[in-house]
Formats: sequence, C-alpha cells, structure tokens
Amino acid sequence: MTPPLLRTPLYNLHLELGARMVPFAGYDMPVQYPAGVMAEHLHTRAKAGLFDVSHMGQVRLRARSGQPADAAHALEALVPADIASLKPGRQRYALFTTADGGISDDLMVANMGDWLLLVVNAACKDADFAHVRDALAATCDVDMLSDRALIAVQGPAAEAALAALNPRAAGMRFMDVAELDLAGVACIVSRSGYTGEDGFEIGMAASGAVTVARALLAHPDVAPAGLGARDSLRLEAGLCLYGSDIDLTTTPVEAALEWSIQKSRRPGGARAGGYPGAAIVADQLASGATRRRVGLRAHGRAPVRGGAELFADEAGTQPAGRVTSGAFGPSVGGPVAMGYVAADHAATGTPLFASVRGRLLPVTVTAMPFVAPTFRR
Amino acid sequence: MTVYYTKEHEWLRVEGNVAVVGITAHAANELGELVFAEARDPGTTVEQGDSVAVVESVKAASDIYAPVTGDVLAFNDALTDDAALVNRDPEGEGWIVRMTIADASQLEGLMDRATYTALVG
Repeated sequence: MTPPLLRTPLYNLHLELGARMVPFAGYDMPVQYPAGVMAEHLHTRAKAGLFDVSHMGQVRLRARSGQPADAAHALEALVPADIASLKPGRQRYALFTTADGGISDDLMVANMGDWLLLVVNAACKDADFAHVRDALAATCDVDMLSDRALIAVQGPAAEAALAALNPRAAGMRFMDVAELDLAGVACIVSRSGYTGEDGFEIGMAASGAVTVARALLAHPDVAPAGLGARDSLRLEAGLCLYGSDIDLTTTPVEAALEWSIQKSRRPGGARAGGYPGAAIVADQLASGATRRRVGLRAHGRAPVRGGAELFADEAGTQPAGRVTSGAFGPSVGGPVAMGYVAADHAATGTPLFASVRGRLLPVTVTAMPFVAPTFRR
Repeated sequence: MTVYYTKEHEWLRVEGNVAVVGITAHAANELGELVFAEARDPGTTVEQGDSVAVVESVKAASDIYAPVTGDVLAFNDALTDDAALVNRDPEGEGWIVRMTIADASQLEGLMDRATYTALVG
C-alpha cells in the first residue's frame, strides 16, 4: 500500500497559485504553475523563480564535546570533502560515499558556528540521517530538522528580492551562509542553488514559510517555479540529479565531481582518505576512471532523454555509454543531456550517436555547464 | 466535415478517405509548450492504437496513437521548426499527421465532440 503523500508547509499556497501537483519523493509537489515549465525556466534566468524545496532533508550535526571542529572532523569520515577547513558562515558541496566508491547521496554542508547543517536529497533523507547517526553517534548529536521549510529564490533579481527584506543579503557571496530575519521570520540563508543562477536558499521554521514565501512573491520580479523548471535549469547548469546522474554505482571521479574533493583529502594531503571507498577514489584520481560523466548536445531538435544508449558509430555497433538525464533546454534553445561514456569517448568534441526511438541521432560531447553561471563569487 | 475524438485525446478529421490527426486543446494544455514533434515515415502502416507520432515538451515525450489503422501520408512540416503551433492552434494549423483510413468502420468506435467534451469536463 502506498502511504499518503506528505505536504510541505507551502502546500496550500501552491494550490492557491494554481500549481499542478505531482508525487515526488513521497511528497505532493508542484511540477508547474499556470505559466508552464518553459516560461518558469526562462523567467528564472531573466528575473527570479521561487521554488519550494521543503521536501529536502535538513540535518543538524553537533559535537557533544562542544568543539565545532570535532563535528567537522567526524563528518570527514563519511564524505571526501574538506569540512575541517570550512569556515563559519560558509557552505560546501559534498558526497556521501560507499565502501566500493559509489555515491549514496550528494549534499550541502554549512558551518553554522557551533554546528553543521547538512541539506540532503528528499528521497535519501531517512537513509542519510540513519547513516550519519549510526556512524557518528559516539561523538555527535544528530537531529533531523523535520519541522523546517526550505525555499530557493534563483535568478538575477534574487538579490534585489532578498535585499528588499533584509539589506544584509546583498553583502553575501556565493556559498556564504547567514542567519537573517526576513519578513520577521528567523531564516538561515545561503547564497547558493541548483539552477546555475545567482540566488539564495532560505531555511526557516515551518510556521514562517508562508510569510517568507508571500513576502518574496510580492516582489514584482519573483514568480513561482515548479519541479519541471528546476530540472531543466539544473540540467542546463550541468548539475547532477541524484538517482539519475549519480548513484551507488557511480564514483566521484566517474561522475566528474572530483572538484568536490579538496587537496587536503587527496593522497598526500593533510587528512588524506579516511572516508568510505577512499582507496578506490584515490586510485581513480591518479589513473582516471574507465567511464566519465559528460555533457551532450544533440544536433537536431529531438530531445535525447535519460536511458538513451550511446554509440561511437552511426550504425550502432559500438556501444559508447548511456544518457542519464536529457531534456530540451529552454535557454540553450535545443536539446541538452548528460550521460556516462567510456573514457576514450569522453573528450569534448567527440561525435557520438544516441538511440532515440530506433534512430541514431548525432550528438557531440560538450563541456558543461551549457549556460554560463552567474554566481557572485 | 466530421471530427472524431479518442480517449487518449487525439482528434481525427475525415477528409474523403483521408484522416487528419492531431491532439485536442485539452491535451495540448496538459502537455505544456511543445518543443519537438515527429511522425512515423510516410508510407508506414500503423495499426489502430500504435504510436504514429511523438510530441515532446521540455519535460517529457508523449506518444500520439493512431485513432484508426492506415498508412502515414504526411507529417505537418510546419511543426518541424515550431512544435508550439500545436499549443496555439491544436485543432487547426497544429494538426500532426495525415493518414489513410483502412477500415472506416473503426470510426464508429470513436467519440463525437459532445461525448469527448463531457469526458474531459
């Protein structure tokens, strides 16, 4: 029996805004509003889109010693990112790895001063929470912050929209995190997102979510955007969707995410290894992986979607890999995709062929992101 | 001029022994702005219920099912560069495919406009 869908604190607001709701990771979520996926996507790149991402997991990690550094060091046993050098008020992308070098989730880690805030994927949050609690229970208190909401405001007008509620938002740089009052609600604001645009992700108590969302939507440049636009925006930005582009079978190096493993955690670094699968990842950092996640542009207008097989030849006799995400990119104005290809086909510019409805369509391995990011570094 | 409807939200307009096929305004609205459309090659024989064309939005690809058995005659070339014409004029300029009607008795199993309208509310 399927359990009833969960609702975020913004559920009634979505209905009021005319959203079309769909099941996603156990939640009833807005896939689009009346404007539609295309318009919501383009509006986000031109002005600003507001996304409800309250389904994501928020986990608080606090060292029982009272020493913030102890929580950071503890977390490094689970992720290959450098957490110990993450300064208060800063956030960093990280991966939970497995013993065989796979990825069990991707996440953001924020240093909140005397605790760490982990933001994880909705579909993985229960497993992630259990994983962190079981591994770190000896030294840390681990709490799922289940009565909180999370709202993303993304796009070139995001800064003005937040600054209208609290001018301090304008002073933040990419990946800064700050505790700010917005519309009278205490919020945790990070300058980050999942669209390739400048923007903010705003956490608050569930009870304050509607107040903050309405205050932001009151700005003339902010319009609601659903999961449909969120997916096409992140794909154009070259960002991975957990469960599609990365999963238990993909390693950080195969996924082209080695940038998330800082020098201090690599072989020869001050705190090298020490995370699950470290030996496998170290070997791939040195020698490369046999396959690689790459961007793909199709030559025609037909979208090449997740699951399409890739071939090195037009006859389709030499398998080269498989597409993991694909869509029509509204800002690119054509199909965009990403997938895994054998290392000898991974160079930018490599011509390949994607099987779509029995036809082999020409595609080219293309550097990502497909659109230039606009982060305020 | 007789127009029939399917429960999969296609319409079929009879022009002599030829069928012009598209998707209803309701379907076009549900799918959202289309970015791509293509049909089976002319000359292909399709059975009633087979996929005769595909339309794609940003998010997803959707099959268009042949309302009757017949041979594909032509794809609406105007959709090649402007699939959103289906959204703007779904039951007119946004037609998708022309095909023969192999067995006119299959039309009897389709819906008229009033029945379809009642179905989609």
